[in-house]
Amino acid sequence: MSALLSVENLRIELDTRAGVAPVIDDLSFSLNAGETLSFVGESGCGKSMTALAIMGLLPEKIGRVASGSILFNGEDITKASDERLREIRGNDISMIFQEPMTSLNPVFTIGEQVAEVLRRHQKLGRKAAWSTAVELLNSVRIPDAARRAKSYPHQLSGGQRQRVMIAMALACKPRILIADEPTTALDVTIQAQIFDLLEDLQAQTGSAIIMITHDMGVVAEIAERMIVMYAGRMVEHGNVDDVLSRPRHPYTKGLIGCVPHLMATLTDSRPELTEISGIVPGLNEFGQNACLFASRCNLVGQQCVQARPKEKQFENTQLSACWHAESV
Amino acid sequence: MNDLKNDSRSDGLAQNTDTQADLNAGINAEQLTTKARHPAADALGMFLKNRAATVALFFLVLIIITGIVGPMVYKTDPFDMVWAPFSPPGAEGFLLGTDYLGRDILAGILYGTRVSLLVGLSAALMTVFIGVSIGAMAGFFRGWVEEALMRLTEFFQVLPTLLFSMVIVALFGPTLPIITIAIGAVSWPAVARITRSEFLRIRELEYVTASRASGSKNAKLMFKVILPNALPPIIVQAALMVGSAILFEAGLSFLGLTDPNIVSWGQIIGSNRPYILDASYTVTFPGLAIFFTVLCLSLVGDGLNDALNPKLRQR
Repeated sequence: MSALLSVENLRIELDTRAGVAPVIDDLSFSLNAGETLSFVGESGCGKSMTALAIMGLLPEKIGRVASGSILFNGEDITKASDERLREIRGNDISMIFQEPMTSLNPVFTIGEQVAEVLRRHQKLGRKAAWSTAVELLNSVRIPDAARRAKSYPHQLSGGQRQRVMIAMALACKPRILIADEPTTALDVTIQAQIFDLLEDLQAQTGSAIIMITHDMGVVAEIAERMIVMYAGRMVEHGNVDDVLSRPRHPYTKGLIGCVPHLMATLTDSRPELTEISGIVPGLNEFGQNACLFASRCNLVGQQCVQARPKEKQFENTQLSACWHAESV
Repeated sequence: MNDLKNDSRSDGLAQNTDTQADLNAGINAEQLTTKARHPAADALGMFLKNRAATVALFFLVLIIITGIVGPMVYKTDPFDMVWAPFSPPGAEGFLLGTDYLGRDILAGILYGTRVSLLVGLSAALMTVFIGVSIGAMAGFFRGWVEEALMRLTEFFQVLPTLLFSMVIVALFGPTLPIITIAIGAVSWPAVARITRSEFLRIRELEYVTASRASGSKNAKLMFKVILPNALPPIIVQAALMVGSAILFEAGLSFLGLTDPNIVSWGQIIGSNRPYILDASYTVTFPGLAIFFTVLCLSLVGDGLNDALNPKLRQR
């Protein structure tokens, strides 16, 4: 079965003051129709860059796809024309952003904004678009949608705005929905509702979801497969259950060690919460031929600083880029 | 905007994770925000809080009505010699007196209101049109487009404005359209720079990326997403521009660069200039008209600034 989206040896470079930095370094993965794949990692590890690259929205002039390909339904998006990209965006692949407070246009009502997407991609008339928009707002559980559609973004709460964003993103029943930390800015109670909503809507539309997050709890809740990113590289990849129960990379293990309830449910004993000491290396250190996690790793050996670890595959399809993967 | 705060608080307090909690929050919000208010309604409220601006707006409306109705009611032709030259105000039934040719100054001011307002408004419109087009392209496309357009803007900005407009009027003849174009041609750089800076700021905001992510074209991003959000400072600048255009027109007229067949305030002052010491009222009254109108315009501009500036607005 061929994948809906397959990314092969993707390398994204960003111009910085210090020179060119590979913010995504040799990333490969695939996404099947209707599944949920999660990207995990700290800030600055290239999760959002991956999302922007798939949308063709890398920062103009300073970011570019240096090599590799992003195949959507067999079509290489990195080589597609602007015209074609605009067709794909919003229609086949759409995106929800992190900040619901700022990702809606403040001068138009939410109904107008949802209707606008429908008019552009589905070529609906003004009236039809409006009534479909109200239906959509209703389906994302905005109460009294017909009246609420006439509200401006600043009159809604954060949770409601994120629902509006979801309504806009799902308006054209996209094949892929990219959610870039959709609940980071929201209350925990609202988070759970948003995930419920996303799962329900996914069941209806059959969209595949790429969930970008730094919260292991979110991954456990919603995703089937996960990719752990560190400093622009994939360090671990596998089914969520496999990775969470038996991480094969010290970074993944560290991330799991930071989350309290996850450990409590996975093991009988309650180990102390740990932290991963140190910080993500700066962009100027990306791309070295060494393990970039070495400076923070307690398993570090001679080999780690001399060469970039090769990906090791385990029998349960789990992948780990660590020289000491077996002993983690 | 207490309703907003309450809304998010009731969301935050919700202990249940089921949708009922959010539904309740939504219903609470519904009761508190009785109806969806357009942002313009908020702005109007802010504007009316500024006492000086409200009064100025009132007088401005009065001036506009005078300009439209005045000449219909007061039928004296401003070019007719109606009485002896230099009659002081009040003499022989001429409220503001007569000028050096015996023409009624009140009639001149009433007819001049139309011309001055018309020139001010159309020059401001032209300024905004040129400035917004150039600033929007520079701010949106960046790169060499921005470089070229901003160098062009700077070129126009460093030209001495009065001299440049005099050259235009002298070259193409002193008619109202040419004068309007001359004023527009020298005053657009300020608008272009404001527009560009707003575009530079707004194009990086998340809702622009979000709109791009839903497949918007450049034209749509520029004019339907960014421009509406960039408008407030441009509107303020435009209001102030009307005032400065009126002043500019008066300045050109004072120097004699005006259509001799059309009365404007500046032209009355200019033609009576040699007699400023003998009959000061001939220049005082049209001068007051200019002063008062421009004052009103700039107070209104100030009020608009208060009303539209998001930093001053308490959300």
